[in-house]
Amino acid sequence: MGEVSLITALRTVVAREITLAMRRRTDVFTTLFFFIIAVTLFPLGVGPDIEVLRTIAPGVIWVAALLASMLALSRLFSSDFQDGTLEQLLLAPHPLSLLVLGKVFAHWLLTGVPLVVLSPLLGMQLGLDAQAIGLLMGTLLLGTPILSLIGAVGAALTLGVRGGGVLISLLVLPLYVPVLIFGAGAVDAQAKAVEFGAWLYLLGAFLVMTIVFAPFAAAAALRISVE
Amino acid sequence: MLQIRDLECRRGDACLFSGMNFELQDGQLLHVKGSNGSGKTSLLRIICGLFLPAAGTVSWQGLDIRENRDEFNRALCYIGHLNGLKDDLTAVENLSIHARLTGTPATRDQIESALERVGLMHRAYLATKVLSQGQKRRVALARLLLGGARLWVLDEPFTALDVKAVSQLQGVMRDHLAKGGSVLLTTHQDVEISSSSHRDINLDTWAKSA
Repeated sequence: MGEVSLITALRTVVAREITLAMRRRTDVFTTLFFFIIAVTLFPLGVGPDIEVLRTIAPGVIWVAALLASMLALSRLFSSDFQDGTLEQLLLAPHPLSLLVLGKVFAHWLLTGVPLVVLSPLLGMQLGLDAQAIGLLMGTLLLGTPILSLIGAVGAALTLGVRGGGVLISLLVLPLYVPVLIFGAGAVDAQAKAVEFGAWLYLLGAFLVMTIVFAPFAAAAALRISVE
Repeated sequence: MLQIRDLECRRGDACLFSGMNFELQDGQLLHVKGSNGSGKTSLLRIICGLFLPAAGTVSWQGLDIRENRDEFNRALCYIGHLNGLKDDLTAVENLSIHARLTGTPATRDQIESALERVGLMHRAYLATKVLSQGQKRRVALARLLLGGARLWVLDEPFTALDVKAVSQLQGVMRDHLAKGGSVLLTTHQDVEISSSSHRDINLDTWAKSA
């Protein structure tokens, strides 16, 4: 019975987040449009030289993805905190870390996956070839869940703190650095015809590590923040 | 049975109460009284495990709640100052999510009859953001009727309720006590429940004299 109800609870958390996002679509679209606009600004600033754009493309798209996924972070727990549903989540008879994992998964579906889906378009805009675009999508697919997981810890820690939005950026952005290096590095390596497998392995290892540890950290931080 | 042993609560540097001991037996209602700022909400949050006491233990059926959180949470229904409702969801959706999260899934009929009992059936399929304060409170209280929580911890449950709803809620509590459940509540109103099972405690008794 315990396991069945745990799975029901996890599914409920994910379904709830998605229903809420569908009722309030603007939140999802802001992230997405920010991503598109941020990447689009670069050709305007740097100039239309396709060689230059192709060189900076992986980095630009990755940095824009980092910033876009951070935009949505402050909402991850704060609305639940304000209306009291977070308390109820804490009092559910299930391990909080797993419920947090459910929330983060839903958050990734709503903010990470759209970035992955949209990235080929932006890649083409910056002159990447098909292979590079495929690899870019792969790195984003591995990397965006990490962003959501690390971000959840930051969001939980800054919950209820005044000026939490800015604080999250200061707290979380340095932790995003390895993801950025591995992600953009892989695409860069492929462009230089160097072996890029190692970058992907590192990204994968980082993902596994954050899946294991981040929910515990976020759950502990939530318990402290709610006090 | 809920047991409180040597409980001490601090908020910042201020000690709100210390050396608190009491028990809440099955079928009993405990009305926590005290002046504003005497720590009523803090006490309730400590008992739910949401707030860490400076000292002392809370145990349920003889086991410390911090070590048996899942077990205790299964037996607990807490309604705090915040209603714990999602504004964008309907009353039925809110209750159904809550029921599934607490491991006691409820059918649509059960949810509708709970809403019927709190007199909100005609608003069951509206987003809760369009409901009035009192109606939202009723949706929150309908949670008590779903699932089999034995211990109800209610922080000012009568806020924003009209006279009729107050007496309805007292009826619901009376039924719960008759079935062997227990209720711990704070309120500034008078609670009229059968006298045998009704006890008062006043937090000012344990207030640390400066």
